[in-house]
Amino acid sequence: MCGIVGLFLKDAALEPQLGGLVAGMLTVMSDRGPDSAGFAIYGDGCPDQLKLTVRGADLEGVAAALGPIIAGLVRDTHLVLTLPAVEEARVRAWLATQRPDLAVTGAGQRIELYKEVGLPGAVAERFGLAQMSGTHAIGHTRMATESAVTTAGAHPFSTGADQCLVHNGSLSNHRSLRRKLEPQGIAFSTDNDSEVAAGYLTWRLREGASLSEALESSLTDLDGFFTFVVGTENGFAVLRDPIACKPAVMAETDQYVAFGSEYRALVGLPGIETARVFEPEPARVYAWERH
Amino acid sequence: MPVVDLAVTSRRELNAALHALAADTRETQWRVENPMGQHALAVGLDAAVAVEIAGHAGYYCAGMNQRATVVIHGNAGVGVAENMISGKVHVKGDASQAAGATAHGGLLVIDGDASARCGISMKGVDIVVKGSIGPMSAFMAQSGALVVLGDAGDALGDSIYEARLYVRGAVKSLGADCVEKPIGPEHAQQLRRLLDAAGVSGVEPSEFRRYGSARGLYTFHVDNAAAY
Repeated sequence: MCGIVGLFLKDAALEPQLGGLVAGMLTVMSDRGPDSAGFAIYGDGCPDQLKLTVRGADLEGVAAALGPIIAGLVRDTHLVLTLPAVEEARVRAWLATQRPDLAVTGAGQRIELYKEVGLPGAVAERFGLAQMSGTHAIGHTRMATESAVTTAGAHPFSTGADQCLVHNGSLSNHRSLRRKLEPQGIAFSTDNDSEVAAGYLTWRLREGASLSEALESSLTDLDGFFTFVVGTENGFAVLRDPIACKPAVMAETDQYVAFGSEYRALVGLPGIETARVFEPEPARVYAWERH
Repeated sequence: MPVVDLAVTSRRELNAALHALAADTRETQWRVENPMGQHALAVGLDAAVAVEIAGHAGYYCAGMNQRATVVIHGNAGVGVAENMISGKVHVKGDASQAAGATAHGGLLVIDGDASARCGISMKGVDIVVKGSIGPMSAFMAQSGALVVLGDAGDALGDSIYEARLYVRGAVKSLGADCVEKPIGPEHAQQLRRLLDAAGVSGVEPSEFRRYGSARGLYTFHVDNAAAY
């Protein structure tokens, strides 16, 4: 099953409410995915700085050990490190050698990425999602099929800077695709099929494709059933497989574009009564960008 | 007129109240407020009552309907009026996938578009879609009529049995064993009746093309035609 939610704001006035709105959407999708939940949120950031979201235990003191120019914010089992972009290699090397128990879940100028096992509402609460602000966010509630119920198997997956993907469905050719992507330098940290889809898009974007083009080609290269919602630093996109196995509904107003696995997830959004509510067509890429 | 506000009353209470109605009930006009996309609203009705749903509905709304008239003032989720036996279901907005799936009878009217697999395995229902329908519609459709004022997506009528498909706009592609057939007087009559029943005016039966089974995929014997 699984549930997906996404909210992409057009109106900056709503930015302080982003986390609260998405927390509500995630909670409603609990019965589609009670195993685990996760979300990526695009908040503040500046061009010469990088945010690394790190997951694990004993997070207090990590930022301090990295030196005074690194800021750290601990939220439950996750730590967001904010560092000068030029420090990325040093920080990653330090984490790999000094704290190999920690996993980097997301990296980019603005992305923060949280995931945990448990009911979606509880996961949102643990990380204080309702208090977060930002321009767009994507969330997922998971009912596991292809790999175990672990935090690492929870969505979203991020395989490139400021990129993330959530997936409802399952892929059949993820093993062979993984073997093609790994020699291209795309690194995977789990056995999850959805992470391979994220890696595939990262590879296509790196090769110069636009987000729309990358998704377009995934219709040929990915075998399986899927509804994807994808986030980039300034973009938000949706794609369903050609026979539209998995449910999807969208709503658009002057203030936002919203995605839900079911309309119920969108009920709490402002102005939903008069929003244009529609079902995205199979095999058609829907993409929005902020300029 | 009973008004049920789903912001305060549960869906189970609503359905239980509708199921408890006697055949000769005098509470024949129901209104459901704040549906908020909840699933399985007004399912399994078996009384000649009218239920107005004031907003978007979730999955399987008005499923298994008998005799009742259910009007959805918004969009309907997956499987609206699935397995309907009789009565009428009217969606004022769009319908999601598998609208009218496996339905045996009654009339399903969709004012907007219907997504993929509209009328899949339909067994006698009449469906009128004023907009367009998605791919794989009328898959294995057995009996009944599907009338589409707009366009049809890929693989219309794949593996169709004896349902009649009428499309006014473009058909992206026909499925296996589905072919175009001429519109005879009885078809024009049927179209006129269904357009009238759906409240469509200003549209002529001659604007449609008819599609149906080439009867090459299933064991069809013309001697048995009356049984279909």
